[in-house]
Amino acid sequence: MIVVAAVAVVLPFAAALVGMLFGHTVSHLLSPLARRVRKPAPGTARRGALVLARRMPANGPALIAVVPVAVSTVLTAVLAVDQLRHPASHVGTLTRVPTGTVEITLSLQVDGLASVVALLVCCVALAVQIYSVAYMRDDPRYSSYAAFVSLFTAAMLLVVLSGDLLVLYVGWEVMGICSYFLIGHYWHDRATSRAAVKAFLVTRLGDVGFLFGIFVLGLAAHSFQIREIIGRVGVMPHTALLAGTLLLLCGVAGKSAQFPLHTWLPDAMAGPTPISALIHAATMVAAGVYVVARLYPAFFFAPASLAVLGVIAAISMLGAALAALAQEDLKRVLAYSTISQLAYMAAGLAVGARDGAVFHLLAHGAFKALLFLGAGCVIVTVGSNLMSAMGGLRLAMPVTFWSMTVGFAALAGIPPASGFFSKDTILSQAWKAAHDRGTPSAGGWYASTPLTTRPAPQGQAVVLTWTVKPRHMMGAPVPHIPSWVAWLVLVTGLLTVVITAAYATRTWLVTFFGERRSAVRAREATPLMRWPVAALAVPALILGFFGLGSAELRPEWGMAVISLLCAAAGAGGVYVVWNNDPALDPVRLLGPLRPVLRAAFYLDTVYDVTIVRPVRALARLVVHADERVVDAGVEGSGRGARRLGGLLRATENGNAQAYVSGLFAGVVLIVVAVVVLT
Amino acid sequence: MTAADVVIVLLGVVAVGSGVLVVATRQLVHAALWLVVSFGALAGSYLVLTAEFVAWVQVLIYVGAVVVLLLFGIMLTRAPIGRSEDLDSGNRIVALVVAVATAAVLVTTLVRGFRSAYVPIKDRVGSGSSHTLGGSLFQTWVLPFEALSVLLLAALIGAIVLSRTDIRGAGPEPEEEDPAPRRRPAAPRGVVARRLGTAKRRTGPDDEDTIVLSRVDEEI
Amino acid sequence: MHLVYPVVIAALLFAVGVYGVLARRNAILVLMSVELMLNAVNLNLVVFDMRWADRLHGGQMLTLFVIVLAAAEVGIGLALVLLIYRNRRTVDIDRLRTLAEGDPDPDSDVGSMTDDEGVRR
Repeated sequence: MIVVAAVAVVLPFAAALVGMLFGHTVSHLLSPLARRVRKPAPGTARRGALVLARRMPANGPALIAVVPVAVSTVLTAVLAVDQLRHPASHVGTLTRVPTGTVEITLSLQVDGLASVVALLVCCVALAVQIYSVAYMRDDPRYSSYAAFVSLFTAAMLLVVLSGDLLVLYVGWEVMGICSYFLIGHYWHDRATSRAAVKAFLVTRLGDVGFLFGIFVLGLAAHSFQIREIIGRVGVMPHTALLAGTLLLLCGVAGKSAQFPLHTWLPDAMAGPTPISALIHAATMVAAGVYVVARLYPAFFFAPASLAVLGVIAAISMLGAALAALAQEDLKRVLAYSTISQLAYMAAGLAVGARDGAVFHLLAHGAFKALLFLGAGCVIVTVGSNLMSAMGGLRLAMPVTFWSMTVGFAALAGIPPASGFFSKDTILSQAWKAAHDRGTPSAGGWYASTPLTTRPAPQGQAVVLTWTVKPRHMMGAPVPHIPSWVAWLVLVTGLLTVVITAAYATRTWLVTFFGERRSAVRAREATPLMRWPVAALAVPALILGFFGLGSAELRPEWGMAVISLLCAAAGAGGVYVVWNNDPALDPVRLLGPLRPVLRAAFYLDTVYDVTIVRPVRALARLVVHADERVVDAGVEGSGRGARRLGGLLRATENGNAQAYVSGLFAGVVLIVVAVVVLT
Repeated sequence: MTAADVVIVLLGVVAVGSGVLVVATRQLVHAALWLVVSFGALAGSYLVLTAEFVAWVQVLIYVGAVVVLLLFGIMLTRAPIGRSEDLDSGNRIVALVVAVATAAVLVTTLVRGFRSAYVPIKDRVGSGSSHTLGGSLFQTWVLPFEALSVLLLAALIGAIVLSRTDIRGAGPEPEEEDPAPRRRPAAPRGVVARRLGTAKRRTGPDDEDTIVLSRVDEEI
Repeated sequence: MHLVYPVVIAALLFAVGVYGVLARRNAILVLMSVELMLNAVNLNLVVFDMRWADRLHGGQMLTLFVIVLAAAEVGIGLALVLLIYRNRRTVDIDRLRTLAEGDPDPDSDVGSMTDDEGVRR
């Protein structure tokens, strides 16, 4: 199994390498073949196959990008099936790197959690790669783009499957750099390159903490292997555990765009839309949540960290949802919504619903990728990111419309869709955490209950089940977090459900209903873009039902009714407002709050004033000091040496007699010295 | 103080006095003539010091050849014959200080070293005759003598090569001689070149210089 | 006879030659001064030949050699002086400043004292 996992990781990496170097060569090699395929009239072939046949063979980079990811998808599916049949945690070690103190182990660890998330990553990456073939068709740098997406996929798989924290960190950083390159794909646009730099710097800020967290945990456990660390959580000094997990939270907040470090994500929407779908919605930003889930026992024994996580999540959740309500740009709505939904997962982790959080991660990965890809179709059709230019696209783009309807339903938590189930799990766990103080004997519980998977009929969705039933209680154990944190999570969670439903409805209505606001003749996007959207709609719709097989993930009716009522209130309110005048944006009711929300509470401005400007002033000061003090010193010493040299040079005036005078004077002085001194 | 002492002091005064005039006179030709006097006085000193052969060689070569050569040099460089005020460079004060210091050091050292050294001159009479010296020269010193003859030959050829202009590379090329000012514009270079050109034209054929010089060398 | 007299005379003559070499402007006068210095050395050689009563007459032999060398030196020196004169129209030593770095104009008395190059940036 480890070999399969390793191949799944290495394949996209090789694809990135080959695509970067030989993408166009392959195009050249394949062009005769493509012509042969194109020539015979393919009357019998199905239309989609025709499109594939027309486009793919001539497009070397696309071929290189899509095929390995497809193979990786199959391999990760094999992993997931294997985990279902024989749930176990496999660790395979390639080699150990001696460092003098704690060894670094180049190892992979495959268990239920990892295989499920890996499958999600591969599915979304495959969808995005296929989608990009059409979306980036006219881009001259498609080759490097596809290679970076492949590299990103490999890095994400490494993060997911790694068995060693430092190896995980390697993948983590490679993801960061890929994100930077891909956000800055249109680097000639100044705003885009700035957004890329901002994303890079902000996430690096968190990553510093992350790296040190790894060091603290690794040194405390005398190993960087995840299994070893989790195994020694009980015997670690509590201070080290607390410090390590808090430092890890820095990286998590940076990567998953949580409250203090979230500002990069909305700006990152300047990148190509498939990138937003893959990296900034479905996978990379979820990596932070994933790492917490992977190391959950460590966090479980450091409830203070979980409390901090809960507070951060509550702030991010509500704030981002409010900001999403007032955005004009379709992609920024989705970006803030991503922050908000990631905060849901973090909140779930904070109140002990690890499986609920992972469940929501999977569901969110599916429906948010769907929403982004659908938004890409809309944007390509309309030619603008702004929702004020959209509207009335329902009839023109039926496939996109219905797929995105499923996505919005999942986002808002409307029952048949997946988001309802996963959110409900988290909220009911929060309710439990607010009342129940948990069982003190929960230690060692996680070690014996692996998370396993069962293949879905389509091979895309998975079902989560517990093979080992919780022995003495329903649901997950509750960590020892303060009850006010649980209450905070619960209340903000419910509020966020209201607002999420509101903005989802608003976006849905403004985009697809009402009058057409632009003169563009709307028509459906190309099949290569349409298919992945439609395909992602399937898991977004039905993923939730697979949670019914598990006691953990089964919705509790009380909480389900409450959250459904909340969602209905939000959606219904917006619908009523919109129905009054479909031509206007329902968000107008916010009145004076609207600009505040649109600017996301002016947090960027606050950062600008408190951090960016002082740093710039400091930088100017440093430059000034460099010019006036250091440079002056350097140049002054140069000038001084020159002047001194000029003094000496005055004797070197070319007058031979002066030279001889010096010679004689020297000889006389030496003779006098010899005579006097001897 | 013996008679020899008196004579040599007198000759020495003449030699040093005319030497001072050589370096102090305002007329170039006079300097050469005072040089003759100085060399003559020195030849007399050699006689007193029982070195007759050296004395005659001194008269022959220095007074006869070297001074004539110097006079030729004065003539060929078209030096002014009369009084000229700028024979001393700006280095005079330094030169005076250095010279006085040299003299002081040397005189102090020598006087302290040889204050009481005395040589009875009668014992040495005849020791500097041409007979004695010839025997010594062609027995003991024959090898340095031959080396010296080769050196003279080299000097002869060198002088010829230096003074003839029809030998390639004899005189420095104007471009090489030209200091080639890098930071200066072309104007000074042009001036120098023009001046060099006029110099060539004015001196004309240099054959006579060459002939004179080589003949002098042969004389030596 | 007392050695101190001729020896002191030689020293004085040498100093006079030094002064001439250092102070005179005309190259030919410098050559004359060099001759004076050589003669001072010759005088010393003869004096000490007599003092030590050398049977091989090393002192007087060396005097002869020096005289010959001086003649050769004057020949070469004059050839050089003439060459310089032919190229430069002058034999004034303090105007021949090509040894100097920088301002290479032989007519300039200032030589290379100017510092017109700014610090290179």
